[in-house]
Amino acid sequence: MKVLVPVKRVLDYNVKARVKSDNSGVDLANVKMSMNPFDEISVEQAVKMQEAGTASETVVVSIGPSKAQETIRTGLAMGMDRGIHVETDEDLEPLAIAKILKAICDEEKPELVILGKQAIDNDYGATGGMLAALLDWPIGSAANSMKLAGSDMTVVKEVDGGLQTVKLTMPAIVTTDLRLNEPRYASLPNIMKAKKKPIDAKTPADYGVDTKPRLKTVKVTEPEARKAGIKVEDAAQLVDKLKNEAGVI
Amino acid sequence: MAILVIAEHDNKSLKDATHKTVTAAAKMGKDVDLLVAGKGVKDVAAEAAKVAGVRKVLTCDHATLERQLAESMQAVIVPLMDGYDAVVAPDTTTHKNYMPRVAAKLDVQQISSVTGVEGADTFVRPIYAGNAMATVKSSDAKKVVTVRTTAFAAAGDGGSASVEAIGDPAGPFKSEYVSEELTKSDRPELTAAKVVISGGRGMGSGENFKLIEGIADKLGAAMGASRAAVDAGYVPNDWQVGQTGKAVAPALYIAVGISGAIQHLAGMKDSKVIAAINKDEDAPIFQVADYGLVADLFKALPEFEAELEKAGY
Ligand SMILES: Cc1cc2nc3c(=O)[nH]c(=O)nc-3n(C[C@H](O)[C@H](O)[C@H](O)COP(=O)(O)OP(=O)(O)OC[C@H]3O[C@@H](n4cnc5c(N)ncnc54)[C@H](O)[C@@H]3O)c2cc1C
Repeated sequence: MKVLVPVKRVLDYNVKARVKSDNSGVDLANVKMSMNPFDEISVEQAVKMQEAGTASETVVVSIGPSKAQETIRTGLAMGMDRGIHVETDEDLEPLAIAKILKAICDEEKPELVILGKQAIDNDYGATGGMLAALLDWPIGSAANSMKLAGSDMTVVKEVDGGLQTVKLTMPAIVTTDLRLNEPRYASLPNIMKAKKKPIDAKTPADYGVDTKPRLKTVKVTEPEARKAGIKVEDAAQLVDKLKNEAGVI
Repeated sequence: MAILVIAEHDNKSLKDATHKTVTAAAKMGKDVDLLVAGKGVKDVAAEAAKVAGVRKVLTCDHATLERQLAESMQAVIVPLMDGYDAVVAPDTTTHKNYMPRVAAKLDVQQISSVTGVEGADTFVRPIYAGNAMATVKSSDAKKVVTVRTTAFAAAGDGGSASVEAIGDPAGPFKSEYVSEELTKSDRPELTAAKVVISGGRGMGSGENFKLIEGIADKLGAAMGASRAAVDAGYVPNDWQVGQTGKAVAPALYIAVGISGAIQHLAGMKDSKVIAAINKDEDAPIFQVADYGLVADLFKALPEFEAELEKAGY
């Protein structure tokens, strides 16, 4: 079974986003960028499936600027077989991304696409679901665990009330949640090996997809700041303040 | 402008998230209809008809909708959209699961987890774990919107909408429900509670969450956790508060043994009052806390409970 994993290059999760002074967006100049953490989990899952013999080929895809190649290399160093880089400097919306991925799926014919449940920059949480709809495939969202049995994939999903198990008829889409696995660090020899793995260079035009944005960013602003309050001496004072000053208990 | 709001329910009762979503939808336009899709949802529909400001309640009552799985919800909603300019749902996991499918089928860019509605086509939403707020204007013919319910007040009761049944969703579907393992609790729901008390890695074990339980009992609080506490297996996944867990905005949020990482703050910094107990006086959580107690939680929690007791709780 061929497994496809789309990955996104995002502001590193340890870096606090700063709003640009002209309110046009978030400042991404000279800050550390990394693979979206949920995508690392997706890559790990694909590589694990390959090691277990359930995946025959693993393909990592990124749609983004030339630097997104580094993100693809990270996936290759973790163990993916080959990459596809769809180069664009535009910050494409999930719908456009899903359309490009659909076109790639039509060509590559994977049986499973594993995506992160959300990208930690724009927090849309939409690409996986959109791709599933465009392909008319079933989806298991926010996977906590997944298991292949014949032509079915059983996915245990994280839901608001706890856990829910669904059975998907392959081909299928799975989106990953934090507890699906712990992504490996790429070893130095594997990083070297990854340099030789092939990456196909493409552009959105190759797929004939209309990527025009549907949303216009009117402005991006700082959230309302919270001020640090006071330190209390002990538990007694805490109860007193909560009760008599704040009036919240 | 006609807006279809999707109800949050468990086939038995209508959830408060629905009322809050109706408030958000009403800011987009005045013709708001509610869809109740599920199995055996007669009572839910009757409750929905009473929500103030709702014009009409549509019900789709079918076995395949019992768990509101993605494909079946898509099959119900997409055909209805000929008659609507927008579809709006709460951003709980049920709706997050199918709304992107609906958006893609309508060829629309979804606008996720909005915290503000500035008219029929303009919305405010947090990005980058809430470290920036984006105002976006949609040029799509129809809008597909999910709502961060903690940002909106609940619509009241007093409505008397008509209830109309619609046809069954057209299958076949390639996914099926197998089982569910729901966390049982008599406490208020995390996202709706007035008081939330959360524990982090500092709690050290699941057993130690008992120290929080006594306090939660006294305050009628919901219990939450940081990702680290969930990953360590101290508490179930549905307790996770944060960017990639649940967003809460109670009157009082108490963080115990939680450092205050960006991702955790994203889920709780809109709380009215924040109190924090942490032994590290430099913990970032104190930068957002109204009341900070620098102390070892194993000493502070029993004292806090005893003081509450003394104060009559
Ligand atoms: C993609 C991604 C998504 C994430 N999503 C979330 C999310 O939704 N929610 C979330 O919470 N995190 C999330 N995280 C994780 C986040 O970055 C932090 O790692 C996590 O919040 C830390 O949890 P913590 O504060 O409990 O643990 P730590 O950061 O380890 O803090 C423990 C705190 O406990 C204190 N402590 C220890 N012992 C005691 C004691 N005896 N008495 C008093 N205080 C004590 C310490 O001083 C410390 O401040 C995410 C991370 C990633 C990469």
